[in-house]
Amino acid sequence: MNAPTSPVAEAKLPEALFSVPGMRCAGCIAKLEDGLPKTSGIVAARVNFTAKRLTLTHLPDVQIPALQQAISTLGFEAQPIGAALTRDDGGSRDLLKALAVAGFAAMNIMLLSVSVWSGAEGATRDLFHWLSAGIALPAIAYAGRPFFKSAWNALRHGRTNMDVPISIGVVLASALSLFETVVHGEHAYFDGAVMLLFFLLTGRWLDSVMRDRARDGVTALLKHAPAGALVIDNDGRSSWCDASSLRPGMTMLVAAGERLAADGAVIDGQSRIDLALLTGESTPVAIAQGDRVHAGTLNLDAPVRIKVLAIGEETVIADIARLMDQASQSRSRYVRIADRAARLYAPAVHTLAAASFVGWMITGAGWHQSLLIAVAVLIITCPCALGLAVPAAQIVTAGALMRRGILVKDGSALERLAEADRALFDKTGTLTLGRPEPIGLHDLGPEQKSVALALARVSRHPLSEALRRALEQEGNTASDLTDVRETAGNGVSAKLRGRAVALCRPDGTVPDDCLATSLVIEGQPSTTILFSDKMRPAARQTIDELAALGLPATILSGDRASAVAPIARALGLTAQTGMLPQDKLDTIARLKARGEKVLMVGDGLNDGPALAAGHVSMAPGSASDAGQNAADAIFLGDSLAPVATAVRAARATQQVVRQNFLMAIGYNLIAVPLAIMGLVTPLIAALAMSGSSLIVVANALRLRSAAK
Amino acid sequence: MNGIAVLIPIALLLGLGGLFAFFWSLHSGQYDDLDGASLRILIDDDRPTDDNG
Repeated sequence: MNAPTSPVAEAKLPEALFSVPGMRCAGCIAKLEDGLPKTSGIVAARVNFTAKRLTLTHLPDVQIPALQQAISTLGFEAQPIGAALTRDDGGSRDLLKALAVAGFAAMNIMLLSVSVWSGAEGATRDLFHWLSAGIALPAIAYAGRPFFKSAWNALRHGRTNMDVPISIGVVLASALSLFETVVHGEHAYFDGAVMLLFFLLTGRWLDSVMRDRARDGVTALLKHAPAGALVIDNDGRSSWCDASSLRPGMTMLVAAGERLAADGAVIDGQSRIDLALLTGESTPVAIAQGDRVHAGTLNLDAPVRIKVLAIGEETVIADIARLMDQASQSRSRYVRIADRAARLYAPAVHTLAAASFVGWMITGAGWHQSLLIAVAVLIITCPCALGLAVPAAQIVTAGALMRRGILVKDGSALERLAEADRALFDKTGTLTLGRPEPIGLHDLGPEQKSVALALARVSRHPLSEALRRALEQEGNTASDLTDVRETAGNGVSAKLRGRAVALCRPDGTVPDDCLATSLVIEGQPSTTILFSDKMRPAARQTIDELAALGLPATILSGDRASAVAPIARALGLTAQTGMLPQDKLDTIARLKARGEKVLMVGDGLNDGPALAAGHVSMAPGSASDAGQNAADAIFLGDSLAPVATAVRAARATQQVVRQNFLMAIGYNLIAVPLAIMGLVTPLIAALAMSGSSLIVVANALRLRSAAK
Repeated sequence: MNGIAVLIPIALLLGLGGLFAFFWSLHSGQYDDLDGASLRILIDDDRPTDDNG
């Protein structure tokens, strides 16, 4: 609908990617795609709703903040994201293509096979076998690559995996079927080989789609990672500079409400910064000239000029990232259930097939007959249902959880979540909302509320935004103000029908470590609105539920003891306070050494290493970029209840996976003896194989209501 | 037998046609934003356009 005026001209224009988590409906898409091109400098806008992403094609001289501003005037919060985060590795697409080819081939060969089974003889049977070969061989060569490649890799390193018996089975079956076709034999196994690939590819594709979806969700949620900063050069001109091209010695101008993109020292200006992301400390810290500040922290009150001292690898954030990398090593050694099953399965299947070959040779059946039976054993035992058992269950659960606002990154996360037997919580942003919420709003009169809303709407200061959100939720309407002015560090002032009104810094009566703002209306005494970091809804209930599920909880916080105590008391939990990222890591390591499997729930950058080290971890959608990357699952919304929901769903999934394995094994117990006795015709093989796969998928579908 | 000689190639060609149609739609990005596609049909498209009124 936003047809480019000239594709050639547009190709040269730069594109900017934004994450817009707030889009919810068709109206949002229309609003963004129609509204943005009307802004000067923006040529085209395209929304990807699944990924909650917006691609803007803009003129080269338009800078990111201007684009962000344009989006926010339409009423959406947008975060610029780097192209590197959104690239698609194409894995799912390749699997889907292979799946389509295998499906096409399986259907057509099955049509021909049915004719053979129903009694085609002589030349007709030969023709059908040749046709089957003509369809099957290219299809297998194309669709089998994911398995052949992985099997070859495993064999080269002296290991075996599930793909080895699959590859051997498929290759042997095709070779033997080709031989049968050439010698005018009675049976060919092309249908079995192709159908096997089709079912296994279905499992692979489901697995891959699950990972993609979660990654898209995570990308859409990226916040707090400043993409760059406004840099002032020697002539006093300012320009937007990417985080990657910042250099030590540059001067950044950091506005109130903006996050720092690099470590540095304050040159000019006074403000307070929010360190919550770095340390978990929720009370702002005052900064003045000469103070060191760190990337990722939030400037609250007034614009400051900062001389960049450390960038990229040398920042404190990068240190934490290194800790996180080291911590996640232990998790990457986790062996998924399917792989553990494959380790037992592959040698067993090979031994069985080899034994039946040898056995039939001994009874004097001839090598041709013996090989035919061995291939039948390989095909019938091929882990068709086994390959679907795990991904089918996991993708159904992941879908159910996603509808409830819980994004699970991959299947092993569900497996590990089901095993957890201890929960550790961070405080700020995890047990609490991590953002100031006004308290005592009901003391304000209707006029005060509408004036406060009108004033709060103007400013981007975090307290103003919190106030605006709370007042809008109550359904207040803003009064008409004139002469609105924002003074950095001091607040917003305006005129209401001739009277001066203002939302400003409170005078000395409020203790300094308490967040507050003063609402002044001329002719009335000024009112102080206090803010506090509220506990997440359903926190107490979730902690109790987790305990009932066998996961006793503890608080690990980087915050001061006095700040943690009220929360710990309200939840009835023990707490450790003042912890650095390394301390949290040590605590987890200690628990691990005792054999406990830790579920870490945290949000901040300071929790990143702990999130990566935990047996499994969850982060709220409001978490830092690093926190979201390190966590296995992310829950959206304010409530803490999804943590318990996810644990329950993961356990239900494990149960279905176990049932699926039992069914797959039960099927083998019946089918394998038949195959070894040489009784399996291609018809029985095809029926047994698809039957067992369908049962496994049907069983997995029961999980649709798992996330309750 | 003659019927089969005609019908089987036709069946295969139809199947192949479907396969290529699927590949084409996959490559032209029609599966990139499935959630969005289901919502876009709700957007009114009957507003006047700039180029041909």
